[in-house]
Amino acid sequence: MAIVVKRKPLNLLEKLYIPEIARGLMVTFRRMFFGETVTMEYPEQRPPIPVGYRGVPTLVKDPEGREKCVSCQLCEFVCPPKAIRITPGEIPEGSDYRHVEKGPKEFDIDMLRCIYCGMCQEVCPEEAIWLQNQYSMSGYSRAEMVNNKAKLYELGGTLPDEHFKWKKKKEAAEHGGGHH
Amino acid sequence: MEISEIAIKAIYAIIVVSVLMGFCSYAVLAERKISSWIQGRVGPNRTTLPFVGSIPVVGKFLTRLGVFQPVADGLKFLFKEDVTPGHVNKFYFTMAPIMALIPALTTVVVVPFGYYTNAAGEVVTLVLTDLNVAMLFLLAVSSLGVYGVVLGGWSSNSKYPFLGGIRASAQMISYELAMGISILPVFMWVNAPGSEGSLSLVDVVNSQGGGLWYAMWMPASFLIFVVCIFAETNRLPFDMAESETELVSGFHTEYSSFKFGLFFVGEYAHMLVGSAVVAILFLGGWHPLPFATWADFGVSGWLVGVLSVGTLIAKLCGFMFFFMWIRWTLPRFRYDQVMRIGWQMLLPASIANLIVYTFIIYFLERP
Repeated sequence: MAIVVKRKPLNLLEKLYIPEIARGLMVTFRRMFFGETVTMEYPEQRPPIPVGYRGVPTLVKDPEGREKCVSCQLCEFVCPPKAIRITPGEIPEGSDYRHVEKGPKEFDIDMLRCIYCGMCQEVCPEEAIWLQNQYSMSGYSRAEMVNNKAKLYELGGTLPDEHFKWKKKKEAAEHGGGHH
Repeated sequence: MEISEIAIKAIYAIIVVSVLMGFCSYAVLAERKISSWIQGRVGPNRTTLPFVGSIPVVGKFLTRLGVFQPVADGLKFLFKEDVTPGHVNKFYFTMAPIMALIPALTTVVVVPFGYYTNAAGEVVTLVLTDLNVAMLFLLAVSSLGVYGVVLGGWSSNSKYPFLGGIRASAQMISYELAMGISILPVFMWVNAPGSEGSLSLVDVVNSQGGGLWYAMWMPASFLIFVVCIFAETNRLPFDMAESETELVSGFHTEYSSFKFGLFFVGEYAHMLVGSAVVAILFLGGWHPLPFATWADFGVSGWLVGVLSVGTLIAKLCGFMFFFMWIRWTLPRFRYDQVMRIGWQMLLPASIANLIVYTFIIYFLERP
């Protein structure tokens, strides 16, 4: 049922138009001196980010400071716009994390291509890639818009981790025991 | 007239025009700031100068107020790419903004802005030329401003600018009459029977000294004149020539950078002169209060010069504020409504007003 708003016929004062102008002027005058500013001054003030927001994809380290990514390339494979490019690499000889299978040598995400779909995060078996709160990516050139590994870790930081999958694997290999 | 006199007049003219241009650029800033306050925004608040901006408290405050913004705007107008469309006649296309600016700057010649008393005790009016027919000159020259708009619209060789230019000319015609008639009662009152006739603006201001301002005892004239000034300067709610909602941006759609800047400055100069004329004709000019002049407060000499110029500028700024205030209050009229208001309401109203005041003045002045 549509709501019909009845238009009242204008009374004499309203037909004269001038008093109505004066009323309108009072409204804007009040707005100017007693109204509050509702704009957000962007670079200094940021809007609150909702929980679970999908911003820029980042790489995270575990609390031990280890790269979680093992360069399985699942994200690269699943990425719809093919924004992710991984060059797999070995864990160097003598590293504390020698027991981990692999690590990425290079990890680039082309932010000009990324569509923030979050499928990389869904598919990652190591929970190494996360779409976090960062939402304002800008740059002066195309090259600047490609996030390399260092940049991705800088953006991502460290997230809490309960699993320490590789540590447990190492312990199991050294001391024997059940597999995971 | 001797060469030295001409030189002095030329220097005065340059000073007046540069002050007017300065006022124009800050009027643009005021417009932006006032519109932002009305709309709950902040407005220009980032532009800063290297040294002035880094003074601890004052610099920050000035930056937030946007005081340096006109400099940036001016530089942008100068250095942006100036696009001239390939399908226009370059001569007319370049002439249009110049023709829009020249009348606006010319009208300031006859606008008096204060007075001082010299050593001999004579009252000297601060005005470039105290023309005997100043009001006619003002109406004639300021209406020439529309030629720039029409030429800009026509020479752009494009449809929306053309429509904008044509609208501007039609609108100008429908308001010029009401405007001219609405100020006749004022001059009828100034030129009392038996006195020497004059259309000088200086005489109008002097006649308001020590009495009622004309806005008070001729409110209908004042109202009609104000409405017509809005239409004359192409300001909202009568900015038919450049209404974005219908004509992209009207006559200056094809203009960019410096040429657009000239149109812009021309419009604001027009507004400033219009506000000055309203202040002079109806709001008592440089007299501080109704029934009082600066002489009544006992000031004289150079001090009265400063005070009188200050008073006029304050009234001018107040009216400029009113221009902007109206802009963000009233919605734009439709074109047929503009025509109806012009021909069917304001013109008859101004004629009726003229007749009423003719009788009133006749009975008051009758010996």
